[in-house]
Amino acid sequence: MNGTAPLLEVHGLKKHFPVRRGLFGGARGVVRAVDGVSFSIAPGETLSLVGESGCGKSTVGRSILRLVPPTAGEVWLGGTRIDRLPTPQLRPLRRQMQVVFQDPFSSLNPRLRVRDILAEPLRNFGLARRGRGLDEQLVELLETVRLPADALGRYAHEFSGGQRQRIGIARALAPGAALLICDEAVSALDVSVKAQIVNLLAELQARLGLALLFISHDLAIVEHLTHRVAVMYLGRIVELADRDALFAAPRHPYTRALLSAVPLPDPAAARNRIVLRGDVPSPLNPPPGCHFHTRCPYAFDRCRSEPPALRSFGNDERPHLVACHLDALPDRSAA
Amino acid sequence: MILSPLARRRIAVFRAHRRGLWSLRIFLLLFGLCLCAEFIANDRPLLIRFDGHWFAPVLHDYSEDAFGSQFMPMEADYTDPELQATIRRHGWMIWPAIPFRYDTLVKNLPVPAPAPPSLRNWLGTDDQARDVLARVIYGFRLSVLFGFTLTAVASVIGIAAGAVQGFYGGSVDLLFQRFIEIWQGMPQLYLLIILGSIIAPSFWVLLIFLLLFSWMSLTGVVRAEFLRGRNLDYIRAAHALGVSDLAVMGRHILPNALVATLTFLPFILSGSVTVLASLDFLGFGLPPGSPSLGELVSQGKNNLQAPWLGITAFIVLGGVLTLLIFVGEAVRDSFDPRKAGQ
Repeated sequence: MNGTAPLLEVHGLKKHFPVRRGLFGGARGVVRAVDGVSFSIAPGETLSLVGESGCGKSTVGRSILRLVPPTAGEVWLGGTRIDRLPTPQLRPLRRQMQVVFQDPFSSLNPRLRVRDILAEPLRNFGLARRGRGLDEQLVELLETVRLPADALGRYAHEFSGGQRQRIGIARALAPGAALLICDEAVSALDVSVKAQIVNLLAELQARLGLALLFISHDLAIVEHLTHRVAVMYLGRIVELADRDALFAAPRHPYTRALLSAVPLPDPAAARNRIVLRGDVPSPLNPPPGCHFHTRCPYAFDRCRSEPPALRSFGNDERPHLVACHLDALPDRSAA
Repeated sequence: MILSPLARRRIAVFRAHRRGLWSLRIFLLLFGLCLCAEFIANDRPLLIRFDGHWFAPVLHDYSEDAFGSQFMPMEADYTDPELQATIRRHGWMIWPAIPFRYDTLVKNLPVPAPAPPSLRNWLGTDDQARDVLARVIYGFRLSVLFGFTLTAVASVIGIAAGAVQGFYGGSVDLLFQRFIEIWQGMPQLYLLIILGSIIAPSFWVLLIFLLLFSWMSLTGVVRAEFLRGRNLDYIRAAHALGVSDLAVMGRHILPNALVATLTFLPFILSGSVTVLASLDFLGFGLPPGSPSLGELVSQGKNNLQAPWLGITAFIVLGGVLTLLIFVGEAVRDSFDPRKAGQ
């Protein structure tokens, strides 16, 4: 993974939503949904973005896709900076990055047949073949996601959730995307279906060399298909590391708490759950210093005043970035 | 065209709504008849057989000297008893059921106008000796055509405005919404009267005047649909696919928004008929002499001694509006998910 030029680079991405009141009321405050996030994804690599709901992980995806304009920061896609690009210039680049949404029921237009849903991106980017060729092209797309060819003439509501998600993936693959942003793409599915979709994504990645930005709150799923994991808390990345390093030895107290909350299949397994106190603070009024200090079992004075920078542990080959003032976490039993 | 199951269910609900269904049938029948008003009420014969030649005066103007050299080379006046007698001597002619147009002056009235209903004038005549039934037929056609045109143009403008407002949201929406609120607060009738007294209104001028205000009736509901629609995931996906704004609006959101607007159309239509009638009643509507239901109402008010004028105006205008409202109710019910879902 390392050494190749990254497909996607994000530097200091910020997305702030102004909160207004009344007709002429000025900004009452800003919701710092994403507050300075940096990462990169290499071609064919999977980066997972995990965190609780409301931590800004979906907003990161949408800002990269320019579905919402980012407030600050840079987004580079394949060597082109796209965060300030005017719409006409951005349009051809959209071919390279596509999105799969969480809800398979609202992500497909109920009034269109599968044929029209899949043909739209092809026509839009001028990739559609003429006449009969288009149907062959669409059937090929359906085959990539393991759907039968007769699905073309049917409406999206005639399919199950998993099948609809496959249609959504086919639509995202249609323009030949190199980067797929999966925004909670499997979270709304049943466990068995979830596994199928995850396997499909892994297989597509191996076959097509897709890079995936996998946004999820579910660490158990993430562990199966990711190369690297970025953990987000209140708009910031608190830990970014290779999968094995992160799951084996988390260095941030928040990551450790998240990992301890992953359900284990074995009910008898001994576990030492770290239960975080309190709620996630409002991003409208985030706590000073380290955002996590209100709930951190190891917080000390410095955490309340000075926001920790991402520091690199591990080697240059496999950096393990952590935003914590502690050099090492105390032993678990101390929590 | 293949209808979706939902559309079929909606049609079934509409058909089960007997009052609305019959209102629609009666309305369409009356409207269809009035579209052929020239063949039902006209002051020229439908067909003439004259010396082995066919004449169709309804469709074509003939010179009077075509029927004999004793007539002048001018447009034939078929109400002329002398011409009628000549044609009868040389052949025959078929008259429409009502031998008057909306502007035909009825000659030889036994009493001064307005004349009461008789065998010759089924609904009597108005105070300018014109046949009321003929005027009602032409007036109904004009009112409904005006209403249809106004509704269609107003809907197109209103839907476009609401779509832009809801789709772009933000400051576009904010400014546009304030403008609409101010514009809606204007005293519409006064403005129409003032405009009507400055520029002599014809059919199209009046249409433009009324458009100034009636386009707003649909913006609200379309705006709401677009505000809702633009946050759906498939709209986001379409944006991510680089689909142009216009295509997203037209292909992905508009079909849903149209369903909501359809329920309003019969009510907008009846509103258009009413506003035209009220302007005509006040004398600021269509040019004098036009067949108009509003003008008939005003004649009824001015001639209380001739109750057939007022009663006819009441029944026709009330009947049209009632039919449209009943149709509207049935349409509304058929789009109601609680009823269509059963």
